[in-house]
Amino acid sequence: MHPAYSMIIFTVLSGLGYGLAVVLGLGGLEPSLPSTVLAHILALVLIAAGLIASLFHLGNPQRAWRALSQWRSSWLSREGVMALGTFVPLTLNAGLLLFTGQSEPILGYIGAAGAMLTVFCTSMIYTSLKGIDAWHSALTPACFLLLSLTGGVLLAACFAPGTRLLAGAGLLLLLGAMASKLAWRRRMLRNQPLSTPESATGLGGIGRVRLFERPHTLDNYLTREMGYRVARKHSAKLWAIALVCAFLLPAALLLLSLALGGLPLRSVLVFAVLSHSVGVLVERWLFFAEARHAVMNYY
Amino acid sequence: MTSLPQDRGTTSLGLVIDLDVCVGCHACVVSCKEWNTGGYGSALSDQHPYGDDVSGTFLNRIHSYEVVPEGGEVIGEAGQARIVHFPKSCLHCEDAPCVTVCPTGASYKRASDGIVLVDETKCIGCGLCAWSCAYGAREMDLAAGVMKKCTLCVDRIYNEALQEEDRVPSCVRTCPANARHFGDLGDPRSEVSIMVAERGGYDLMPEQGTRPTNKYLPPRPRISLADQQPAMPLAENTEGARGFFAWLDKTLDRI
Repeated sequence: MHPAYSMIIFTVLSGLGYGLAVVLGLGGLEPSLPSTVLAHILALVLIAAGLIASLFHLGNPQRAWRALSQWRSSWLSREGVMALGTFVPLTLNAGLLLFTGQSEPILGYIGAAGAMLTVFCTSMIYTSLKGIDAWHSALTPACFLLLSLTGGVLLAACFAPGTRLLAGAGLLLLLGAMASKLAWRRRMLRNQPLSTPESATGLGGIGRVRLFERPHTLDNYLTREMGYRVARKHSAKLWAIALVCAFLLPAALLLLSLALGGLPLRSVLVFAVLSHSVGVLVERWLFFAEARHAVMNYY
Repeated sequence: MTSLPQDRGTTSLGLVIDLDVCVGCHACVVSCKEWNTGGYGSALSDQHPYGDDVSGTFLNRIHSYEVVPEGGEVIGEAGQARIVHFPKSCLHCEDAPCVTVCPTGASYKRASDGIVLVDETKCIGCGLCAWSCAYGAREMDLAAGVMKKCTLCVDRIYNEALQEEDRVPSCVRTCPANARHFGDLGDPRSEVSIMVAERGGYDLMPEQGTRPTNKYLPPRPRISLADQQPAMPLAENTEGARGFFAWLDKTLDRI
């Protein structure tokens, strides 16, 4: 699948924002600290920036409001509804904290649940597509949810350096997210494709089917959108980069932070978040670029 | 509403494509583009039509495949080995995933005849329906930013301003080899249904669970050249000779 930058930026940024919103909603940061207000605002900014980025891949973004109507059948519509709905408790709580110095725990819980549901809906857009074997797995939502939570906890740790609870949760989540992502990739590489050129043409009864002549000499929308190919040697290297940046380095930095104190502590945590974000960006790029669409059985 | 219609009647309009007959001339591709660029919805645009990187929106494309059976590489003994020209357009699936994934309600399946259509005034051009289609039946028009797909020439088949014989999809009307047939596949007594029953018409990628309406008729079995050889070479066989030629054959044999 073509790795569209708008989609990659959207899922990574909003994933981080929603993860942070969950930590805030569950009271992971001390409300009385001024930096917590900043964290609330950062979560909203990340989510909003992601959602705006997602509009850039639309052919007619001026009609995007229509996407809220089909929540009964469409995961994309459900995502839109949940994203907008979740803004209400998140913004209210940020406002309360900013103006009264106190947040409402109930709103926090609703916001946290909404944030996770939104990320779940995003992941289900991909999971529900049967024609893309790599995505059509329960591991896809698991990876999205765990990665979002991990990013959120790492980000929250920057606002409360030295909090053992956040550092511990971060380490556990890094481990869980890495395990789910490893399982996801293992499945993708070993999975037999559901459809083949033989089943796509129905000519398998005669023999092996091979494309003799394409319908046209150059690319079309389908081959550009679904026919993205990434060289195997590059994908292996990129996957190694993603593993190190997204999981291993942040885990090492978290461990280091537990041993440190003072100013270097915060910079180590900020570096962990940056490394994790770069790793997840690479992971998300591979998520799209390596997924093979059933339509390519015709090309 | 992009849920699939609950009150579907029995009518399922669609195409039957005969892979034994298609000669791969691409006439249906051209006639489809011509009719549909001026008909339903926005035009089917081309990008850089006179440049180096030509591309454009098409609702119907012809692929050509080489089909080789086990051990079929030997010339003269290849038997079933052949080139199959393979026209592909929307299959108007009964369980169309392109309809249910649409977030805006632009993509819908008609309850009355089963045709899958896009209401272009509602389409935001997110492309998710094209992703959901395993058959590659949908292409985003890059100029209009909306999704285009086969309409089964809905602006022809019910059009009373046209002659009776023209009230079929443009591809069917134009096919010079008569490889494309249009009709009601929901009616077991229709010509297309009988054709499907007699020739063993099949669905593409049934494992995707989409239940396509359009059916494909398989190429008829062929005999390898080696098996076709008569016991005596044709030029040596005079068995069928009659009258003067029979006399001549007999006389020449005696000499």
